Amino acid sequence: MEAVFLQLLNGLDKGGAYALIALGLTLIFGTLGVVNFAHGATFMIGSFCAVTLQKLLTMSQKVRDESVTFFEAYKEVPYLEIWFGDTGRALIDWTVPLALLFSIPIMLAFGYIMERGLIQRFYKRTHAEQILVTFGLAIVLQELVKAYFGANPIPTPAPDIVSGSAHVGAWLGMSDAIVYPWWRLIYFLFAAILIGGVFAFLNMTTFGMVVRAGMADRETVGLIGIDIDKKFTIVFGIAAVVTGLAGVMYTPVLPPDYHIGMEFLVLSFVVVVVGGMGSLRGAVAAGFLLGILQSFASMTEVKSILPGIDQIIIYLVAVVILLVRPRGLMGREGVMED
Amino acid sequence: MQMKDNILVAIFAAVILTMPIWAGAVGAGYPDLLQKFAIFGLFAIGFNILFGFTGYLSFGHAAFLGVGSYTAMWSFKLLSMNALPAVILATLLSGIFAAAIGFVALRRSGIYFSILTLAFAQMCYNLAYSVLTPVTMGETGLTLAADDPRIFGGAGVEAGGALPSPDFFGLSLSGYNGFYFAAIILVIGFYISVRLYRSSFGLMLLAVKSNQNRMNYTGLNTKPYLLSAFVISGMYAGLAGALMVVIDPLAGAERMQWTASGEVVLMTILGGVGTLLGPFIGAVTIKYFENIFSAFNDAVLNQIFDFLPDFIQVIWVPFASLFVGKGWHLTLGVLFMLVVIFLPGGAMEGFRLLKEKLFKKNEDAAETAKAGGTE
Repeated sequence: MEAVFLQLLNGLDKGGAYALIALGLTLIFGTLGVVNFAHGATFMIGSFCAVTLQKLLTMSQKVRDESVTFFEAYKEVPYLEIWFGDTGRALIDWTVPLALLFSIPIMLAFGYIMERGLIQRFYKRTHAEQILVTFGLAIVLQELVKAYFGANPIPTPAPDIVSGSAHVGAWLGMSDAIVYPWWRLIYFLFAAILIGGVFAFLNMTTFGMVVRAGMADRETVGLIGIDIDKKFTIVFGIAAVVTGLAGVMYTPVLPPDYHIGMEFLVLSFVVVVVGGMGSLRGAVAAGFLLGILQSFASMTEVKSILPGIDQIIIYLVAVVILLVRPRGLMGREGVMED
Repeated sequence: MQMKDNILVAIFAAVILTMPIWAGAVGAGYPDLLQKFAIFGLFAIGFNILFGFTGYLSFGHAAFLGVGSYTAMWSFKLLSMNALPAVILATLLSGIFAAAIGFVALRRSGIYFSILTLAFAQMCYNLAYSVLTPVTMGETGLTLAADDPRIFGGAGVEAGGALPSPDFFGLSLSGYNGFYFAAIILVIGFYISVRLYRSSFGLMLLAVKSNQNRMNYTGLNTKPYLLSAFVISGMYAGLAGALMVVIDPLAGAERMQWTASGEVVLMTILGGVGTLLGPFIGAVTIKYFENIFSAFNDAVLNQIFDFLPDFIQVIWVPFASLFVGKGWHLTLGVLFMLVVIFLPGGAMEGFRLLKEKLFKKNEDAAETAKAGGTE
């Protein structure tokens, strides 16, 4: 029972990451109909926003180390610490949360430029060509990041205050042995809030209403006299922000390297397809579902019956769904269905 | 099969087989590199039979490459060091594999087909890394060992304890011999692909590409045709995988990763999808520039751009060095994007446009000359 509960928790934070990435992708893929293979790279750019901010905040100066008295020793002290003392140190400690704010304008601009500069020329081209050009873009972005940040993963720790583990078991009256890293708990909550925010934006604002109308029937919305292309550009920007934030928040879980996006890319497509093309709720549900399934599949009890199942469960689910119910769990009938 | 095609194949064969003679002139005169040309050319030609002829974009062909490599490796380990059974077995097994995956994946088309093949390839890759370790040796990769039981193999260990190397009925396949072995298979593969293209089977595939619905409405079941194309192109991939281990007896799971599938897509597009020669040209271009560009470093660049004024050189060389050496993938990505955006037909379309332009110019010139004469 406790093992199951722990796996459920593990699944929730993984699922949160999947759901966020898939939400961003489905905004692009499911609504604009663009097969965006640069989506993984968007995630990567997001996490490198955190890395960049960390580099900026920890820019340092060589200062003489007073604690060493035998010879002249120097240590690197960040400017922030020199200027602001403890406040500066706290700022550096809180890099990742600060990077959330830092990344929003960057990701918005990134999405805007990408859509206006490249994607809009490909709305009318075939899916194969969309895949190819975005795949090329992903390679370019990756290589640029690699050129500036190197090929090694760069650790970007979470703030000290949340670096330990939460005694989740004790809270719920179960064994004290169930502990869970704080940051993963925060990741799950953050994902839930962000997903709620996107849904609220789409369901409660006039802008969101127009976008939803455009998803359902682009042509008619255009005929009414609404410049739907402009709205969709903004949707693209929002999708980039959601994905980027998912990337920023993921950095303490997994130190980012230039290749991080490619690993999530295939996964995110699988999640979107399982959830159903063009269905935001489907993408979120499928993200959590697959995350939880994956963590259950990696339990030793399951693995002893079906060796290797943890490695392929997600793809297996995708294959079955595509064959049995090609429109996915919650996809509308007739949307991008062959 | 027209005369024109026979000539095409003959010229192709002549160009390939004389490569060791003239490739040195363009800085590609190493057996390693020439072998790569032949192997990846074969891979791309096979991939084109699926993607170019039918329009079905598979993102999982690296899986067949991997299956081919592992099969050939096991043939070396269990049967003998002769390359022939290895190559035949690898082709057959990857064909069976492709039949199984294709049977399922071809139930969907378009983007769903791409995702299905991607999912299958990822499954193969993940399994090769984890549960199938006894077969694939996981991360270390499958290598020859001194105590391999080679049933028909004769000597397990050569004098001096060195591991045996693949041969072809006693003929060693290292260096240029390996290239000729791969090149002959490449020419045969090219010949088959030309024959397919001209056959009624090939026409059927092209018809499916242009409008599958119409084919269905005429009462034709397109599935067997598509599945055959998928299996054939899977066999080409398996063959290419087998050739890789014939040249270098080591099979690792990383060659099954989906980015490896992406590479063959790049090659095919760069050369020209659906053309006969295009994929090969794409493969050669990528491998050639990979080799040339990877060798560049800052010192070489400084030497090349020495003629520039110093203050420009200081800015230009670091910028240019982004695109060469380890950053050569950046060049590839940029090049590839440019091709997809501006020249979706790849190099072959570029040649055609160039030809048209030149001819048109000649005609224009002739016409103006004529007009001038009558005046």
